[in-house]
Amino acid sequence: MSSLPAQARVVVIGAGIVGNSMAYHLARLGWKDIVLVDKGRMPNPGGSTGHASNFIFLTDHSKEMTAFTLDSVRQYKELGVFTQSGGIEVARTTERMQELRRRMASSKAWGIDAELVTPAEVKRLVPFINEDVILGGFSTPGIGTVDSLRGGTLMREKAQAMGALIVAAGSEVTGIDVENGRVKRVRTDQGDIEAEVVVITSGIWSPRIARMAGASIPLSPAVHQMISVGPVPLFADTVGEIEYPIVRDMDTNGYERQHGSDMEVGSYDHRPILWDPDDIPSLEQSKLSPTELPFTKEDFDESLEHALELMPDILGDPSVGIRHAINGLLSLTPDGFPLLGETPEVKGLWSVAAIWIKEAPGIARCMAEWITSGIPEIDPSGSDIARFYDHQKTQAHIRGRSAEGFNKTYGIVHPREQWESNRRVRVSPFYEREKALGAFFFETAGWERPHWYESNKKLLAEYGERVMPRRYEWDARWWSPIINAEHLAMRDRVAMVDLSAFAVFDIAGSCALDTMQRLCVVQMNVPLGRVIYTSLLNPAAGIKADLTVMRLGSNHFRVVTGGADGARDKKWFIDHLPDDGAVQLTDLTSSWATIGVWGPRARDLLTSITDADVSNEAFAFGTCRFIDIGPVRALASRISYVGELGWEIYVPFEQGARLWDAIWDAGQPLDIVPAGIGVYGTTGRIEKCYRAYGMELEQEFNLVETGLARPQVKPQDFIGKEAYLKQRAEPPAAILSTLTVDDNTSQSGFKRFMQGREPVLSQDGKRLVDKHGRGSYVTSAGSGPSVGKTILMSFLPPEQARVGTRLRVEYFGEQYPVTVAVAGPTPVFDPQNTRVKS
Amino acid sequence: MNVLVCVKRVPATAGHIALSADSQEIDTRYLGFTVSPHEECAVEEAVRLIEKHGGSSTVLTLGPEVAIDQLRDAMALGIERAILLETDGREWDPVATAAAIVEAIEAERAAGRSYDLVMFGNESADSAGYQIGVRVADALDLPCVTGIKALEIGDGEAMVRRQTEAGWETAELSLPAVLTVKEGINLPRYPSLPGRLRAKKKEIERIKPQWQDGGLEKIRLKLPVQVEHSVEILGKNGDAGAQVVELFQRLRLL
Repeated sequence: MSSLPAQARVVVIGAGIVGNSMAYHLARLGWKDIVLVDKGRMPNPGGSTGHASNFIFLTDHSKEMTAFTLDSVRQYKELGVFTQSGGIEVARTTERMQELRRRMASSKAWGIDAELVTPAEVKRLVPFINEDVILGGFSTPGIGTVDSLRGGTLMREKAQAMGALIVAAGSEVTGIDVENGRVKRVRTDQGDIEAEVVVITSGIWSPRIARMAGASIPLSPAVHQMISVGPVPLFADTVGEIEYPIVRDMDTNGYERQHGSDMEVGSYDHRPILWDPDDIPSLEQSKLSPTELPFTKEDFDESLEHALELMPDILGDPSVGIRHAINGLLSLTPDGFPLLGETPEVKGLWSVAAIWIKEAPGIARCMAEWITSGIPEIDPSGSDIARFYDHQKTQAHIRGRSAEGFNKTYGIVHPREQWESNRRVRVSPFYEREKALGAFFFETAGWERPHWYESNKKLLAEYGERVMPRRYEWDARWWSPIINAEHLAMRDRVAMVDLSAFAVFDIAGSCALDTMQRLCVVQMNVPLGRVIYTSLLNPAAGIKADLTVMRLGSNHFRVVTGGADGARDKKWFIDHLPDDGAVQLTDLTSSWATIGVWGPRARDLLTSITDADVSNEAFAFGTCRFIDIGPVRALASRISYVGELGWEIYVPFEQGARLWDAIWDAGQPLDIVPAGIGVYGTTGRIEKCYRAYGMELEQEFNLVETGLARPQVKPQDFIGKEAYLKQRAEPPAAILSTLTVDDNTSQSGFKRFMQGREPVLSQDGKRLVDKHGRGSYVTSAGSGPSVGKTILMSFLPPEQARVGTRLRVEYFGEQYPVTVAVAGPTPVFDPQNTRVKS
Repeated sequence: MNVLVCVKRVPATAGHIALSADSQEIDTRYLGFTVSPHEECAVEEAVRLIEKHGGSSTVLTLGPEVAIDQLRDAMALGIERAILLETDGREWDPVATAAAIVEAIEAERAAGRSYDLVMFGNESADSAGYQIGVRVADALDLPCVTGIKALEIGDGEAMVRRQTEAGWETAELSLPAVLTVKEGINLPRYPSLPGRLRAKKKEIERIKPQWQDGGLEKIRLKLPVQVEHSVEILGKNGDAGAQVVELFQRLRLL
């Protein structure tokens, strides 16, 4: 078996479904000299693919994950390894029935055929179910199962048939050599292979393999328990492996899936059982396989009871026995998303890990495109491994969040739900003061950020119904009317906002201007002290980042981007710095704390604490400069994400408290309010129709569609320019529009408030789909307290993207009338931007 | 009739067995626990006897607290009662083990519960001493047949058969009696879901036998030469049919 070539273009490590799909898609895109290594034997080398239950439910609330799944199903069908069985998620509680209605909305948003069914209809599809314990189901006919080992084998063989792939089974990777930050060589016990690109598709072993190269793949192996029960007399005549729909018993975190004459029962209900990648047994040490560990019965007993309750006729049959039971290992990540992309630590070393059967071929296609051209069709940003900061790669974080996430596998997870483990990792210098004011903290990238302040409760009386109270619990969860009160107080007076979670990098060096020109869409050669809002594009002019830049020197730029995006954006900048070191990136995130001060009284406030001239004439919108505030020298930048006059004020971290106190004290006579991210990120932003990365801004919609294309294109070259010019020459297929809800009242009489990602429908309830096949959905939703309406943003086909068009939005099974308020970037509040520029 | 089955908790070893650093134990970090296949068959046989003849069945083990798992496994298959002779985890030698079991059986008899049949596996899966059944029979002065592969119960007697190189040996013995069972006597059932859940809720009767020095003392474990496995691919997509037939013939499976 030691027929390893000494050289290859790409080495793929791990021959599970992911590695096989990767090898195939790379070969399909023209790669030659691919080597697929695995320490195990084909076709089942012993990883998680070998014991997967292999069923595919289609709908996820995440657009990205659903897109990967739908593409995977298409590929499995082409390979002839998909068996359509249908699948039903059943509800035992009224809360779950609500969640199923939310899943219906997601299905509609992503274009999946599904329906809600009554217990009797579930019984008709699944005759052995105990319909007395369920309230209904969410049925998706397109669900099915795959033979993932066969599918992987077929893809591997296709790549071999193209003459592109050498398969090296029985070769254990012992090391990865890195030279000058770039991957150089994979060492195995059967010989070494030099390669330009190394792809880690090693599932639960990925962290161990990455560590050999000095990189991190932050996942934790975790147990998923599964038993196989049979022979079920009812299944005796089954042709093939499955004839009845797969049932997910959502409220008990379990599933029942027919497999030939057996019923497989699996659970995510037991305590989280995490393994260290170094403790996983070797092939020789394992009785079954390294990922099929001895079953720990007592952990599963409760799941047995649930299964028995749901399917007593077949599972209660004393002749039906537990024939197989395992503690199967799978991969969990700190945020539940896969780990995709080039590792930030090592060039040429790619992670394609923490992937389930249902999404593997789709992800592999995306990754092959990304590796080959940098232009994946499906935007993988939410799964980009570069999203993690260092503290998120610690064992404490990985284990804490993975354990917390495990029982949410089938959970009802509110879109704003906060994590409980590993909090207070990053705190601003204002933290203690915020706590004293009763801040309710949300976490972003480890930062504790006030979302609202209980100290502002008194404002509720002042503003009454204008705070748009939410009386329905779900809508009010992880929310407070105080947010809207803070918003109104900001618009009336002045607010201070902790923005220390910003990621801040300096780009400096002899040709920093050239570098910035090449990366940014907007003209960077501006007078010193100018603040520029710009997008960064990928080569296909997909939106890669969205941020502001301060020009502090002729070759000195300060980049400020969102905390959630900072780690990913940083990699993008570093990847595009010149090789000769003439331009350097310095990460100043931990050096600068930031307070935003906005509102009609912001200038009065600033005037009272600085001698600098902050008049409109002396300190224009879109400029920045250092000003002295008492003994603190701060960098003030006159921009706004909330549509008010004001400044972002940056100070050295250790002087933050001093700045806070100066603003707070001076603000008292002006009735200043501390305002949380609820205002900054949602209400203030959405009234101004400002776009947010990851919501409106992503690689699948272009600048013209998002309304961010400027009148002029700069003469200098930049990444994505050619594609961007082409986009500009064509009429947009969709136009980002702002809609307002005409009537929030539901049939129950409650006013309901959308949260985002709901489908936008025509007046007769049909999906809106643009000419590229993209459905319309709500990208952001929020209260607009100053306009007194619920505001939604959505990409609409041009025919609908007209002011006054009446449409519908589906939310928890009901359709609400909405009207297009703005097509394009004009704000619904203060459309002339007089406040910002006053 | 009343039947007692005795089992021993052992690691469910893989092909490759590893020892702890001090060579005192098998490295069980990655292993589950089970009983020997012979004992599985003894349990199945006991369940079938009671199903057929009525009466009650009891499972007994000598071992640490965690050996309750194996008692519950047996109860999941239909055994009614369970007795744990709880040890501190040290390995008891056959003399001591048999003595503790005898004491327990006598205590049961004193409490008004006597057994018509006491069944063992032919040998344990780890130490394979082949001794406990015989020693218990001897101490209780009961007839004993080892290695049986067939059992029929008559009126106050049992007819058993065992397989030898020469053929089948048949024996009749009066009850009460001790039998050690060999794999193949039956095909054990799998636990049903209701069986497992019933077993979980059942009480375990506990006795703490006094540790007694036996005749044997464990010095250390030593691994025999382990057979290396190799994989040979005979062909693909059905083109290896003839070779498979030949292989099966060579293995006397056909």
